[in-house]
Amino acid sequence: MYTFGIDIGSTTSKCVVMKDGNQIAGKSLLTGGIGTRSPAEAVRLAMEDAHVQREDLSAIAATGYGRTRYEDADYQVSELSCHGLGAFFIFPGVRTIIDIGGQDAKVISLDDRGRMKNFLMNDKCAAGTGRFLDVMANILAIPVGELETYSAQAKEPARISSTCTVFAESEVISQLAGGIEIPDLVAGICQSVAGRVSALAKRISIVPEVCMSGGVAQNAGVRDALSEKIGHSILFSPYAQLFGAIGAAIYAYDKKIKEQ
Amino acid sequence: MAEEVKKQRPPLDPNSAKARLGRIAAEAYSSAQAAKERGEMVGWCSSNFPVEIPETLGLAVVYPENQAAGIAARGAGERMCEISESEGYSNDICAYARISLAYAKVKSAPEQDMPQPDFLLCCNNICNCMIKWYENLSRELHIPMIMIDIPFNPDYEVSDDELAYVRAQFREAIRQLEELTGKKWSEEKYKEVMEISGRTSRAWLAATSCARYEPSPFNGFDLLNHMAVMVTARGKIEAAEAMEKLLAEYEENHEKGVSTFRVEEKYRIMFEGIACWPWLRVTSTGLKSRGINMVTTIYADAFGFIYEDFDDMCRAYCKVPNAINLEYSRDKRIKLCKANKVEGLLVHTNRSCKLWSGFMYEMSRQIGEACDIPVASFDGDQADPRNFSEAQYDTRVQGLMEIMEARK
Repeated sequence: MYTFGIDIGSTTSKCVVMKDGNQIAGKSLLTGGIGTRSPAEAVRLAMEDAHVQREDLSAIAATGYGRTRYEDADYQVSELSCHGLGAFFIFPGVRTIIDIGGQDAKVISLDDRGRMKNFLMNDKCAAGTGRFLDVMANILAIPVGELETYSAQAKEPARISSTCTVFAESEVISQLAGGIEIPDLVAGICQSVAGRVSALAKRISIVPEVCMSGGVAQNAGVRDALSEKIGHSILFSPYAQLFGAIGAAIYAYDKKIKEQ
Repeated sequence: MAEEVKKQRPPLDPNSAKARLGRIAAEAYSSAQAAKERGEMVGWCSSNFPVEIPETLGLAVVYPENQAAGIAARGAGERMCEISESEGYSNDICAYARISLAYAKVKSAPEQDMPQPDFLLCCNNICNCMIKWYENLSRELHIPMIMIDIPFNPDYEVSDDELAYVRAQFREAIRQLEELTGKKWSEEKYKEVMEISGRTSRAWLAATSCARYEPSPFNGFDLLNHMAVMVTARGKIEAAEAMEKLLAEYEENHEKGVSTFRVEEKYRIMFEGIACWPWLRVTSTGLKSRGINMVTTIYADAFGFIYEDFDDMCRAYCKVPNAINLEYSRDKRIKLCKANKVEGLLVHTNRSCKLWSGFMYEMSRQIGEACDIPVASFDGDQADPRNFSEAQYDTRVQGLMEIMEARK
């Protein structure tokens, strides 16, 4: 049985086709989220990757902030549950997930069966989210995907505020004008995100194993800083950004099996 | 999601508790306006000021917090907040205060007008922002302010020293009001008001406790509307009768197996914090569409005052939710959660209320552990619509529901 998971986020669209709820048959990831053409294109690419047609799919589950607007879905489920299911599929020992997406940060606690026990999310401020990194990369005129490379070259990380994205932006500009090296600024920016998210994580009891999901998981600078601040190593998978879509496809499979 | 059974609703029975309570809430404003037009003095009163004092003296008072909630619920919170912000008030200040200060300046808001004040009655047992808010009203409007200071209580009981301190202030407030308005305090009338207030409170608390039934015979959001009467009119006989009617209706609903929560009650939660008035429909629908009934809230419980004499009344006002310590506050909520078989806690991180939202970070964690229930929080505001995101709210409520569903 093929099931389909689509995760429509604020900045990206991710799709996964799963076979029998335990095998990734196809996937896609495109920049552009809610309100763009990316979700439809991501659906097409994932089905092409899995060599399946729409009629081959037994069930579709949508997640992410765009979940309620995806009309072809049989189920809508929160990204909280989906990140939990997706992370548990990749790392069966995981109990704590730190997800940093485009516009929010979440810490999800799982039980030993992979069910969500509790969660915490950021407040309304963009500090500590992917948007924060986008804004900073834009000021420094470097692609957001290269932040980790710069961060690795830092000699003395700069101190950047984690209170507010706009405050931090002016702080980075003034430090840039003051001659601080870009790698030191980038490392400071990564530590700023890590500081904000680790405070959130510590409010929920952190039980190992810990993994990261979401787009920011790919940034080793943030990952390492976060690991140091919470005192636990952090598992990373190249599928981290797809955890939500994987979880949605698993959810669709489980629901379909129960219904049958 | 739970499907609402669409039925043609019959017209509201004018003798129903809902209709009666609606009339009493509206009369709180119209009777004060009539008093003003007769040339009587009218006061603006903070919500946890001992209402028994103006009621016994026969003084007309209105409640700025109540007015601000009404203005916000009818969509004018932002317009009024911007008026006070343009006067120099920070948008970090309580939105009730901003709306009230704006109203004192423009003196008109079609969403909820009320007469201008001749005196102010302030009590800081609900928060300390109240003091500066009322001081500024006093200065701007050149009218006297009567202040009762109730210290934050680190203990579970009210000490004799605190009682003496508060009692002296209550007596002084009565003396000041007699001097200011020419009205006279009568112990006999006070006893009558005290009895009515107790009767109203007992009926209210009994009605809210009907949430212990499964399913609950009412939608918890009803309480937020009915509570206006508890704030403004609990010393009036009409209020006591209407609350007793409400209790009877809830008991009857339970016996008949019906509820004002008009979908299947799948989950029962406690809602923590003041309602998000500008987004009341959104916050209510986000719960109801998922079959989540908000069966209890400390906020509703807060306005049930039961006491035996003057000293006991002073103690009751020393024990309102925002005047007591974290542990005592936590224990009260745990009791409500357990009595009403609550399965989850939804916390409104209310940007207007720093005190309440601040201690909820830790208190909600302790409640979650003690009751073994999941906790979710969302950002919002009691009256400023700019501090709320519908998408964020929806995700958190759905996450909470998914945990409750998995635990069934």
